[in-house]
Order: sequence, then structure tokens, then C-alpha cells
Amino acid sequence: MAISPELFKPLDKNRVQADEARPSITYWQDAWRRLKKNPLAITSLIFIALLTLTAIVGPFLSPYSYSDQDFDNIHLRPCREHPFGTDNLGRDILVRTMYGARISLAVGFVAAITTCVIGVLFGGISGLAGGKIDNLMMRFVDIMYSIPFLLWVIMLIVILDPEGSKGVNLSSIFIALGIVYWLPMARIVRAQILSLKEQEFILAATTIGAKKRKILLQHLIPNVMGSIIVTATISIPEAIFTESFLSFIGLGVSAPMASWGMLASDALTTLRSYPHVLVFPAVAICITLLAFNFIGDGLRDALDPKMRK
Amino acid sequence: MLEFVVRRLLSAILAIWVVITVTFFFMHAIPGGPFQRDKVLPPAIKENIEKRYKLDDPLLVQYKDYMLNLLKGDLGPSFKYRGQTVNGIIAARFPVSLQLGLVAFAFALLVGVSVGIVAALNQGKILDYLVMSFSTLGVAIPSFILGTLLMLVLSYKLGLLPPATWGTPLHIIMPAISLGALPTAYIARLTRSSMLDVLSQDYMKTAKAKGLPRRRIVWVHAIKNAIIPVLTYSGPLLAGIITGTFVVENIFAVPGLGKHFVTSIYNRDYTVILGTTVFYSMILIGLNMLVDIAYSQFDPRIKLSARKE
Repeated sequence: MAISPELFKPLDKNRVQADEARPSITYWQDAWRRLKKNPLAITSLIFIALLTLTAIVGPFLSPYSYSDQDFDNIHLRPCREHPFGTDNLGRDILVRTMYGARISLAVGFVAAITTCVIGVLFGGISGLAGGKIDNLMMRFVDIMYSIPFLLWVIMLIVILDPEGSKGVNLSSIFIALGIVYWLPMARIVRAQILSLKEQEFILAATTIGAKKRKILLQHLIPNVMGSIIVTATISIPEAIFTESFLSFIGLGVSAPMASWGMLASDALTTLRSYPHVLVFPAVAICITLLAFNFIGDGLRDALDPKMRK
Repeated sequence: MLEFVVRRLLSAILAIWVVITVTFFFMHAIPGGPFQRDKVLPPAIKENIEKRYKLDDPLLVQYKDYMLNLLKGDLGPSFKYRGQTVNGIIAARFPVSLQLGLVAFAFALLVGVSVGIVAALNQGKILDYLVMSFSTLGVAIPSFILGTLLMLVLSYKLGLLPPATWGTPLHIIMPAISLGALPTAYIARLTRSSMLDVLSQDYMKTAKAKGLPRRRIVWVHAIKNAIIPVLTYSGPLLAGIITGTFVVENIFAVPGLGKHFVTSIYNRDYTVILGTTVFYSMILIGLNMLVDIAYSQFDPRIKLSARKE
């Protein structure tokens, strides 16, 4: 085969550019790119953002407050003054639904945050410590797991609010949910840390004398962040569901305050004559739960492709 | 095998003991005690009442008595309803809840599994999308909302079914559907994904290559393997159904244990709350144990991993 000098001509500058690898992107950019391709998740995300905004700002814009009673205008059907109608005490249902969104969302977000803090620390310490400590801590989780969550929550609320036959402090609900809902998080974080801690970068960190605490917080947890976010997102609709469930059986926030579950429960007493009272809180709960489920699924697909089935 | 069963039994007993101990001390940690909320009692009467219920004993003695009584199967007297025992209340009301729960369980299992299989066999077709959309919705609609909506439409608008109380088979339909809807949706999704997983396995191709008729492949080779995850889910499913009865029985005024549990929360009837929690936890922990053992029988891979541990 003849070797011609043609073969050794320098390449065109533009072609060199074209052959270059695309710019490297981080894990988070990649996840965001995948999430953006999921229209359901993005729509849900926008919906939840709008809902949060409405929950915060909405009650200020309304001429009524959540506890204003107007006995001349009870059981109104939706009209111009009261777009969602009024309930059996003449309270505006629109403002009560927006106020309910505040409580439900607050419960969801607080539950997610406590889940993260307790669950990640518990699971992280258990996984990193290993051996007997790990065994002991996980047996504890197993036992907690074997009792239905709702029984725990109900019992904790009864204990935290022993006099609360007329309603429960919001903080008791936060505490009860926080105490119970971190269990799945602890399991997931522990399982991941068990495998991560055998990897070379942890060995490297140990050899240069990093403290366990630093290894856990700076090296291990950031690597588990994807699963943490997914698990926390999944716990939000669960917490909202539990709160509305509790409100419905009479263990929710105290009387003039409103949560979605309580609005639905109030509607039940006058269901036969005034079914419209039920519609708005019911729709609000369902759409919100649906949206959080979609966001959770979307985040799981985006952050943790391995978890995808 | 025997070792596995024994170990599982011991951990179940440990879990039940922890539940009893924790709930006992929780209940007794409530400031004021069960009779504090009534009208102010003359000290002598209060003393007598406390003596009658042995509340003047030291806490550890009370604990010992409670545990000893529990071993005999005695859950103590109700503090609210004079002359009634917790055992009596459970015996009178649990059969109703059990009946409702079993119907809902059977409904969820039958409908969920068959719908899931149909969806998997028609993957990507309209039927599949229909099933998936309904099951997505089903996961997001809380039972109390579904229950009230069913009551509104089927009883008040159409007059087909009795709206509340208990007695005839017609009374079971609506509570059972609202209780079973969420598990049905979940089981349908679970069955579908596990069925799809099984259908894509190599041994399905082998069965097809051998010339087996499709009906035999589906029934004998696919479904038998695909329902294993459903079997594992039946533990949490029962927990969901049992705690779900708290709400559903309240909506439809079903005189079951769930409704009484909620009433005793209102009344702060501590012994009944304590006794019912212990009772339900025992059932659930026991059932979970049975499911685990059954599961290890079904799937030889589980036994292997248990032995290796």
C-alpha cells in the first residue's frame, strides 16, 4: 500500500472542534435534563408552586377570613361574592380551602424535612458504624416498622394532646408525623451507605485522617442525595394524606382552623342537602396528592435511574 | 426452615412486647390520669375510683399486673363505660370489622390481580392505559373522599344502596369499595409490572418454543410467578385495611371496632385505646410473620438468602 503525503495533511480546524466531546455535565444537570422531559412531573411541579403561592398569599387577598361567620348567608351555592359558596356557619369556602392548603402543605413539607434530618442521620450513623451498633439500630427500626404507622400517629397525638378533645395543636401533628415517618428513609440511606463506604474514595478519605463525622456529612451523604430527595418527596403526599385522615376522624387542628380533611368531614354532616360543600376540598386533596405522586415518580426516574422499573 | 420460623417467631414476640410496653408507659405518662377531665371529684371518691382501678399502685406494679392479665388474655375494664371490659367491646365489635375487612380484602385482591394481569397482557393498548389511569387516580383518592362521594351518588342521588348502618349484604358494598379501592389500585399496578417482568423472562420463550398453548403459558408459568410480590404486599395491605376501617366505619356508621376506637379517642378512654392498639398490633405482627413464612415456602430463593445470613 502506497503511503501518500496526502494522509499527513493537518486537519481542518473546524473539524477538530466538531470531534470534541460534548461539555461534561454534572449529575444534577443531567437529572434536571431528564426531569424536564417529563411533562407530567413539570406540570405538577408548576401546580404545586402555584398552590403554595395561593396558600401563602390567597387568604390575605380575600375579603373574608377563615373564621368569619355570616349567619345571613349560610349554605350559599357558588356565586360572585363566594366563588366556592359558604358552609353551615356562613364561612367562605374559598378562603377556608386556601387556608386548608396552608395547613396541608405545611404538614407535608415539615414531615419531609423531619424525615430527612432524623432518617438520614439515623441511617447514616447505622450504616457507617456497622457491626453491633448497626444491628441494634436496625432491629429498632424493624420493630417500629411492624406497627402500623397510623396507630403510632394516633397514639402519639393522644399523648401529646391529652386534653385536646376539641382539636389538636398543629405542633403535635408535626411531632407525631416526624417521629414515625423517618423509618423508610433510615433504611434506604443505610443500605446505600453500606455499599458506598467500601469504595475507594472513602478509603482515601480515611487514610488522610478524615474524621468519621466529616466522612459521613461531606463524602457519604452527598452521594446518597438522589435517594434522599426521592424518598422525602414520596413522604410528602403520605403526610398530607395522614393529616387529612386524622382531621377526618377528629384528631386534626382545632375548630375554627381548617384543613382539607376537616372541611371534607364537615361537609359529611350536610352532605344530603348541600353536596357542593364537599366538592372543593375533595378536589383539592385529590389533585394535590396526584401532583405530588407525579413529582415523586418523575424525580425517581430523573435522579435514580436504577430505581426505575 | 425450622430455624427461620423460630427466629421469625421470636422477633414477632419481641415486637409485640415492645408495642405493649411502649403503649403502656405512653398511656400512663399522660398527665392527670383518666378521671381528671370529669367534673371535679371529692378527694375521697377519686381515691376510691383509683383504688377500684388499681391506679394507686406504683407504675411498675401496674405494668406487671397488666402484663400478667394480658397473658391470660384480659385487657382490663373500660374507663368510660362502667361495667364494660375491653375484651367485651372487642368481642362485640371486631366481628363486624373483620367481615368488612375480609370483603374489602377479597375485593382488592380479586379485582386488582385480574385487572393487572389483563393490563399486562394488553400492554400498550387502550385497555392497559385505561387500567393504568384508573389505578393512578385510585392511589390519589383518599378513602374518606371516595366513601362520601359514593354515598352521595349511590344513596342520595340514585337511591340504590342504603347510606349507612349495617345488617344486610347491601350495607357492605359501599364501605368495602371505599376501603378496597386504594389497595386495588396498588395491587393492579404491582401485578402489572411484575407480570410484565415475568413475561419478558427467557423461560417464557422456552415455554413458547416448546409449543405450549398460550393459555397454559399464562396461567401456569406466568401468573404463578407474577403474584409473589402481591403476596408480600398482603401484609401492608391488611394494615391499610385495618386502619382504613377507622374512617370508613365512621362515614357509614358501621358498628365495628374501628368506629369504637375513634369514639374512645374522642372520649380519651385510655384502656380501650391501649387495648385496641395492642390487639391490632398483635394481629398485624402475627399476619406479617405468617406472610413471611409463606413467602419463604413459595420462593426457594428467599430460603437460600435466609440461610446465608
